[in-house]
Amino acid sequence: MGIEIKMPALSPTMEEGTLAKWLVKEGDEVKSGDILAEIETDKATMEFEAVDEGIVGKILVAEGTDGVKVGTVIATMAGEDGAEEAPAPAAAPAPPAAEPATEAPKKAESGTSKLATEARAQVADPAIPEGTEYAKITVREALRDAMAEEMRADDRVFVMGEEVAEYQGAYKVTQGLLAEFGPRRVIDTPITEYGFAGVGTGAAMGGLRPVIEFMTFNFAMQAIDHIINSAAKTNYMSGGQMRCPIVFRGPNGAASRVGAQHSQNYAPWYASVPGLIVIAPYDAADSKGLLKAAIRCQDPVVFLENELLYGRTFDIPKLDDYVLPIGKARIMRAGKDVTLVSYSIGVGLALEAAETLAGEGIEAEVIDLRTLRPLDTATVLESLKKTNRIVVVEEGWPACSIASEIAAVVMEQGFDDLDAPVLRVTNEDVPLPYAANLEKAALIDASRVVTAAKKVCYR
Amino acid sequence: MVLIRRFEEKAGQLYGLGLIGGFCHLYIGQEAVAVGIQSALTPGKDSVITGYRDHGHMLAYGIDPNVIMAELTGRGAGISRGKGGSMHMFSVEHKFYGGHGIVGAQVSLGAGLGFAHKYNNDGGVCVAYFGDGASNQGQVYESFNMAELWKLPIIFVIENNQYAMGTSVNRSSAEDQLYRRGESFRIPGIQVNGMDVLAVRGATEEALKWVQSGKGPILLEMKTYRYRGHSMSDPAKYRSREEVQEMRDKSDPIEGVKAYLTKAGVSEEEIKKIDQDIRRQVSEAADFAESSPEPDAAELYTDVLVEQY
Repeated sequence: MGIEIKMPALSPTMEEGTLAKWLVKEGDEVKSGDILAEIETDKATMEFEAVDEGIVGKILVAEGTDGVKVGTVIATMAGEDGAEEAPAPAAAPAPPAAEPATEAPKKAESGTSKLATEARAQVADPAIPEGTEYAKITVREALRDAMAEEMRADDRVFVMGEEVAEYQGAYKVTQGLLAEFGPRRVIDTPITEYGFAGVGTGAAMGGLRPVIEFMTFNFAMQAIDHIINSAAKTNYMSGGQMRCPIVFRGPNGAASRVGAQHSQNYAPWYASVPGLIVIAPYDAADSKGLLKAAIRCQDPVVFLENELLYGRTFDIPKLDDYVLPIGKARIMRAGKDVTLVSYSIGVGLALEAAETLAGEGIEAEVIDLRTLRPLDTATVLESLKKTNRIVVVEEGWPACSIASEIAAVVMEQGFDDLDAPVLRVTNEDVPLPYAANLEKAALIDASRVVTAAKKVCYR
Repeated sequence: MVLIRRFEEKAGQLYGLGLIGGFCHLYIGQEAVAVGIQSALTPGKDSVITGYRDHGHMLAYGIDPNVIMAELTGRGAGISRGKGGSMHMFSVEHKFYGGHGIVGAQVSLGAGLGFAHKYNNDGGVCVAYFGDGASNQGQVYESFNMAELWKLPIIFVIENNQYAMGTSVNRSSAEDQLYRRGESFRIPGIQVNGMDVLAVRGATEEALKWVQSGKGPILLEMKTYRYRGHSMSDPAKYRSREEVQEMRDKSDPIEGVKAYLTKAGVSEEEIKKIDQDIRRQVSEAADFAESSPEPDAAELYTDVLVEQY
C-alpha cells in the first residue's frame, strides 16, 4: 500500500466538502505541488495539491461526490519507490463513494465543534400563518437572500466590506451579489475597517442605506469609534435631525480553533450603547427576517452573525417578503419548569439541553432573545411567571454580559416570581485558548446548561 | 467674516459668564477659510463636514446665529435642541453634516458623503475640513486611499492653524508641509494663504474644477492661525504673545478684506454700517440664547432612536 490521500480540511469550520473535479487520473505521474483535485468547501472552491511525488494509484471517491467527510481516503498513490503498482488504464473504474462518511477519522474534539448543535426548535414561530410551506436553507443563504431582496427593492441599499464582491465574501455570505448588482452596489474595500466604517456611516448620513460587512466583528474593534461615536449618537446629538440608517454585520463569537483574537462575543459591548439596535439571530428564518428588518430600519443596527451557524440548514417559511419585528424574543420551545434564555449559537445548546431535561422529567421553556437592544424583557418576565426559574445561556464571557443584564432585570422586575437564584451559563472568564481540550473547557456546552437547570429546579 | 469674529467674541464672553459650558473652540483668526470656501460652493448641492471648531462654518453657511448661540447655551431652541452643544451641531437642510467631536472622524465620514454624491450621481462635492492635528490620525489616510481609489468627489481641507492643542506642527509632523500628505495616494495638494479670503476662494474654485471633472479628491492646505487658545480653558503658554500679536497686525483676514473693499471703492461709512449691523445681530443672538428656556425634561429621552420597537 502506498500513500493515502485524504480529504483535506481547507477551512477552520470545514467538516465535509464536495469533490468537485479530479485533475489527475489513475496512473498519472505527479510531482509535489501539482493540483490533484478541486474541492468545494463551505466557503470556496479550493485546489488541492499533491504533497509527495508519485504515481496516482486508485481514485476512491469519484468526482462530483458531495458530503465527503474530512479525512476520508479519496485516492491512493504509489511513492517514488513504486510501492504500489499503478493500475493499467483499463483497470476497473473507481468505486462509487457512496458512504464516505464511514471512513472519517476522529478529529480532536474541540469546544466549538460541539457548539453548533443539531437541536431544533420544537415550536413553530407563532407569527407564521398555519399551513405555510417550508424550504430548507442555510443561514448563509438566508442572509444573502435578505440582502439581495432589499437591494432589489431599494436602490439606496449597497454592500461594502473586505472581499464582499469578487471573492464572493470571505465566508461566502455575499455570494452572487456582485453578479446581480454590479460594482456600484457591491464594493470591495481595502483592509481598512476604521476607514470604511466611517465611509459607510457618512454615506448613511448622506441618505444611503449601507450594509457594512466586517469579515468578523473582531476586526470591528478598529471601527468601534464610528459605530458608537458617529453612528449611534448622531441622531440624539442633532436633536433628531441627522439619521444614520446603517447595518454593520458579520460573524461574531467563538469560531473554530482560531484563538483568542478571532473569538469573541461583542454582543454585550454593543448592547450597552443607547442609539444602537443589536440583533443576534440563531436560525435561518430569523437571520433573513431580521436582516431585512435591519436594512429597512432607520436606526443604526449591529447585526451579529455566527460563523459556526453559517453552514447549518434550517426550515424557512416560504413567504414573500419575510420581515420580522425588531425587539421581539421568540419562544423556541414551551415548558413550565424552568426558562432557558439565550441568543445566537447558545439557543442551539439550550434546545439540546431542553431535550435532555425532558428525558428527566423537566420541561424547559427556551427563549431566543433575537434582539439584544432593545431587550424584550416582557417575554422573559412572562415566562418567569410560569416557571419561576431562569438560566441564561450565553456563548461569551460572564462579566458584564447579556446574562448579567437579564439577571438584573429579573431581580428588579420579577423578584417575587423567583423560586431560585438566576444562574448564568457562560464561557470561562479567560481569553479563548487554541488547544482543543482547553477550548472545549472554556466554552459552554449543553451539559452545563442541564446541570444549571437541575440546580435551579433543586433536582 | 465679521459676523464670525463678533459671534465668537460674544461666545467667549458668555463662556466667561458661565452661560456656555464644556468645551468651546473659537474660530477667531481663521474666518477667511470657511468664508472663502463657502463662497465657491453651491448651496443645496455640495455638502460640508468639519470637526468641533464648527461655529464659524455654520455661520458661513447662512445658518441662523440665534439657534447656534442657543445651542451653545444649551437651550431647547438650539439647533440640536440643546443636546449637542458646541461640538455637535448639524443642519441637514444646509447639507452641513457636523460638528464632530472625535478628531479625524469627519474625514472618513466626509469620504462617505462624497461616496453618496457619487453613488447618487448628483454632481455634488463634499468638503471635509480637519486640522493639522487631525492630519496625523490613521483614519485620514485610510480615507485618502479609498477616496482616490474610487475617485470620490471630495475636497480635503486641512485648516493648518499651526497648533494641535498645544503641539506645533513641527513638533508633531514628520512631513510638516501638510499639502503633501496626499502624495503617496496620488492626491494633489495646494498650499494656500488661509488668511486671504480671495486666495482661499481662488484655490477652492480650482479644486472644484478638479473634483467635478471626475479626477477624484484634492487636498487644500490652508495656512491659518487661531488667535485664541485651543479651547476656552487653554492658557496658550506654548506660544508667545508677540507671535499672536504679529499675526493680528500683519495677517488679519478681516483687515485684509477691508483693504480689498476700500481699494474697490467701498466707503468707510458702508463698512462701519456692516459692522454695526453685525454687532446688533450678535447681540440679539446672545439675548435669544440667554433668554430661551432650557430643553423640556422630556427631551432627555427623545431622539435616541428614530423608530419604536
